[in-house]
Amino acid sequence: MGKTLAEKILSAKSGTDAKAGDIVIAIVDLAFVQDTTGPLTVRQFQSSGMSKLANPERTVLFIDHAVPSPNANQSNDHMLLREFADQCGCKLSDIGEGVCHQVVQEDFTRPGDVVVGADSHTTTAGALGAFATGMGSSDVAVAMGLGKNWFRVPESFKVQVDGDFQKWVSAKDLILHLIGTIGADGATYKSLEFHGRTIKKMSMTGRFTIANMAVEAGAKAGIFAADETTKQFLKSVGRGNDYKALEADPDAVYEKTIKIDANKLEPTVSKPHRVDNTALAKDLKGTRIQQVVVGTCTNGRMEDLAVAVSILKGKKPAKGVRLIVGPASRRIMTTAIEKGYITSLIESGATILPPGCGPCMGLHQGALGDGEACLSTANRNFEGRMGNPKSFIYLASPATAAASALTGEITDPREVM
Amino acid sequence: MLKGKAHKFGDSISTDHIIPGRYAPLRSNLPELAKHVLEDADVNFVKKVKAGDFVVGGNNFGLGSSREHAPLVIKMAGVSAILAKSVARIFYRNAINLGLPVLICDTDKITNGDELEVDLTAGTVKDITNGNTLTFGKIPEVMLKILNEGGIINYVKKHGDITV
Repeated sequence: MGKTLAEKILSAKSGTDAKAGDIVIAIVDLAFVQDTTGPLTVRQFQSSGMSKLANPERTVLFIDHAVPSPNANQSNDHMLLREFADQCGCKLSDIGEGVCHQVVQEDFTRPGDVVVGADSHTTTAGALGAFATGMGSSDVAVAMGLGKNWFRVPESFKVQVDGDFQKWVSAKDLILHLIGTIGADGATYKSLEFHGRTIKKMSMTGRFTIANMAVEAGAKAGIFAADETTKQFLKSVGRGNDYKALEADPDAVYEKTIKIDANKLEPTVSKPHRVDNTALAKDLKGTRIQQVVVGTCTNGRMEDLAVAVSILKGKKPAKGVRLIVGPASRRIMTTAIEKGYITSLIESGATILPPGCGPCMGLHQGALGDGEACLSTANRNFEGRMGNPKSFIYLASPATAAASALTGEITDPREVM
Repeated sequence: MLKGKAHKFGDSISTDHIIPGRYAPLRSNLPELAKHVLEDADVNFVKKVKAGDFVVGGNNFGLGSSREHAPLVIKMAGVSAILAKSVARIFYRNAINLGLPVLICDTDKITNGDELEVDLTAGTVKDITNGNTLTFGKIPEVMLKILNEGGIINYVKKHGDITV
């Protein structure tokens, strides 16, 4: 019987003939934490009796969520992570390097890897053909110390996407549409595996956006085959040798198949306070917003910035709209500067953030006031997410975000272009 | 046998409801962090909850972030178990890893304030207030082993390894 991508990877890493429903012990190829989950991981590791890391070269501590630190407490947490990295010889990705879910793809993830991170959006690495899943601090501490952990092999949903996107419709609209269709728990415990002609043609940027948000449907992983596009991405970050082809068996067994016609998708928005509370941008006309965020681990990559620039160039946000842009990594920031994107965005009134998670988690750099609404390219719009339970968050693509910045209300990008 | 009062919440209680990101500066000061448990779902929860009580949710309890601080602050509030119709994956694993039972049952039959008795071995929730007895789904064996050791860190401390 053929295997899904999840079954293939977990079979190889557990040395068993792993099938959906099995519980396996699998090798962990990459374990990482970030600055809001890492300090607990360090303390749990230290209290567990495990004395050293199984694989220090592939254990990474990211300081990306509160960067540069907005307060003394978080500075102390950062110090704890830096000291632990020094003592254990693991990798440290300090302030300015970027969001873990971008840096991990640039520097570490290989097709076929098992990746665990103490951050739910670890699923992003599935775009490169890895089995990547978010875990809590203790589980990642165990993976760091033992070099393995236990996994229930998930059943998989095949998401079959065919057809071409209309102009100004992108991967973000596709994943928001999918989550809106199956619900925020529509894929709980499952592996979402993406197939079809649209996916084959899709850039790595689009694949990262989709894999990133797989968890918003409850999924344990969101996995793509590793193909020529994967190879070109790894080459572009100087890791061509890390490439290996990986695809699901043609006779793999899926719990269900979800078919999506990309031609029919339109700019889609998640309304407060749930990611699955979706609507079409055109139907939300008149919804006023005070802040627009383009960036984060979901949509802070070059292609995303290019879309924002193409819509905003030479224009300014509507009166009363604050535009915030955060490139996801140092590499992206540098490239965006070289290409003139950053100057263009600043001229369009954007406030540029350092590479990092920015305002997504409500810590700093754009917390909302009472009754304010923000349209963000991030991945979550839960009550209180951006620092204030009395505020409202809408999620959309970079194109919808940029178009909405120009009008001050939620706007289908096709209306302004 | 666990005994306490039900604190009922609705569907889709996210980790941001349980312990919002804006309190991340308190994550290395757990007693202070725990004062904000479930604040964005019920601002008075922390004043009402007593040792042994139960948090009772609806569908998809604990969705969102991987923050283990979410089940941790619920445990620190003295809650003896979480009951829900369904639970998000990472939250479920995190709670068990901390030795906090999560029991899947039909919580529509429980009303806020009901007195409950949970028998972990028999797999039953007895609602003393309305006389109903509910059964909860079996906790997977590997998780039961972790739960019985008081969480994954204790498990690894004792066994020096993890097996299934």
